[in-house]
Amino acid sequence: MATIYVDNAATTPVSREVLEAMTPYFSEVYGNPSSIFYSVGEQARQALDAARERTARALNAEPGEIYFTSCGTEADNWAVKGTARRMAAQGKKHLITSSIEHHAILHSMAALEREGFEVTYLPVDAEGFVRPEDVDAAIRPDTALVSIMMANNEIGTIEPIAEIAEVCRRRGVLFHTDAVQAVGAIPVDVKALGVDMLSLSAHKFNGPKGVGVLYIRRGVNPVNFMDGGAQEKRRRAGTENLAGIVGLSTALEIAVNGLAEKSKRLSELRDIVLDHVAAMPKVKINGPLDRSKRLPNNVNASFEAAEGESLLLMLDMKGICASSGSACASGSLDPSHVLLAIGLPHEIAHCSLRISFGVQNTVEEARAVCAALDEVVPKVRERSPLWNE
Amino acid sequence: MYSEKVMDHFANPRNVGEIENADGVGEVGNPQCGDIMRMSLRIQNGVIEDVKFRTFGCGAAIATSSIATEMIKGKSIEDALKLTNKAVVEALDGLPPVKVHCSVLAEQAVKAAISDYYRRQGVDPEPIVGKLEEDCHACGCGV
Repeated sequence: MATIYVDNAATTPVSREVLEAMTPYFSEVYGNPSSIFYSVGEQARQALDAARERTARALNAEPGEIYFTSCGTEADNWAVKGTARRMAAQGKKHLITSSIEHHAILHSMAALEREGFEVTYLPVDAEGFVRPEDVDAAIRPDTALVSIMMANNEIGTIEPIAEIAEVCRRRGVLFHTDAVQAVGAIPVDVKALGVDMLSLSAHKFNGPKGVGVLYIRRGVNPVNFMDGGAQEKRRRAGTENLAGIVGLSTALEIAVNGLAEKSKRLSELRDIVLDHVAAMPKVKINGPLDRSKRLPNNVNASFEAAEGESLLLMLDMKGICASSGSACASGSLDPSHVLLAIGLPHEIAHCSLRISFGVQNTVEEARAVCAALDEVVPKVRERSPLWNE
Repeated sequence: MYSEKVMDHFANPRNVGEIENADGVGEVGNPQCGDIMRMSLRIQNGVIEDVKFRTFGCGAAIATSSIATEMIKGKSIEDALKLTNKAVVEALDGLPPVKVHCSVLAEQAVKAAISDYYRRQGVDPEPIVGKLEEDCHACGCGV
């Protein structure tokens, strides 16, 4: 049985091109990029500089604004906690975020609350959109930072980041966006967006796990998160994960150069499943109905009376790898905070399924997913005391 | 994440459905928590002649319901009441810690169905069956 991997919002396979670009940096060019007095170190330094330039170019940033980290979560932690701690010295101890952020942001905010900061969690509408006017209304004289994700990992909502950044600029408040799901999926131009900081992660666009970036606009200065050596202009210590960084920059370049085509291909697959699911009985599509405001690879739907983990297990028996926002899939009694924030009742949130496509998926696979859903959903419902049809 | 036994009961659950004109029906859990088990019993001369279940929930919830029906079918009420969540977990060759909750629900579903049977007979079930924990947040499974 062939595996159909449609959980690309969780992670993606490393592409062959990326893997080949990385390989020399494990045991051929193994020098420490800080040891530049012999050639194997100098070569490593050059590769690091080149990777930084390519990464900057892909985001329309300056190379000096790119800081490599160990993952998207580290970038988020650094941006949020580092900025909060910097601004606290000016008496600014209030932060603003949304209620549908990734836990890397939400749990960083919660950690700051325990340190005495105050956090406003903005609500979202039924499709997951944050309203820029809500951001405007929440800003106070002591607001240190606003952090709103660029695209939601569960329901695919693309937030109005340029407008929110504009509000923040007008009000003189720093703005960070977690763009982990957006980079490599939709155009991301840090200058056009007007953001002060932006997080991304390589493994979401066919790069390796364990490497990310925090873009920090020149002049913005979050307190260091990792203390130690002089790497990354003394702002992020630790010997660079050179193979990972080369992999990240290669994958990013490939994704950005082929973005229009990739986006067209992925939305075709997404629309096959979205159209199919929307026509099934007792289904609610979660996330934006306007597909231009939805990530090109994201499908999220709730199948009334069919619990999510049961759906996942049955799909797995057919070789299909997907994900769910049900409590059972998360190991707690509460379903996804994102689904609850868009107003789904618990019992509908428990019945959700996320399908997220990647570059390796085909039209045949999208059709196979539809056929599998036709089989699996009624089977799960048949067992359910909530299903009376 | 699950044992082969759990996956067997998930893929081929035993005794799915509802008994018409059942002698006792129990429903535990709630849709908020993401698990509901409904168990129906046919009881003759104090023996569970037939049992069926319908469950809304995860793989473990389906498997615990399924194996619980197997463990009480053909047993006397007295023996069925001895079914513990621990025995259900053991019969399934273990459950992940976060899923132990589901085995508690299975035990509660059996007890709720038997309680309903007693109530229909005009007998107060509490001295026989004990008090039922119907709120899943209070079941004590640790989740």
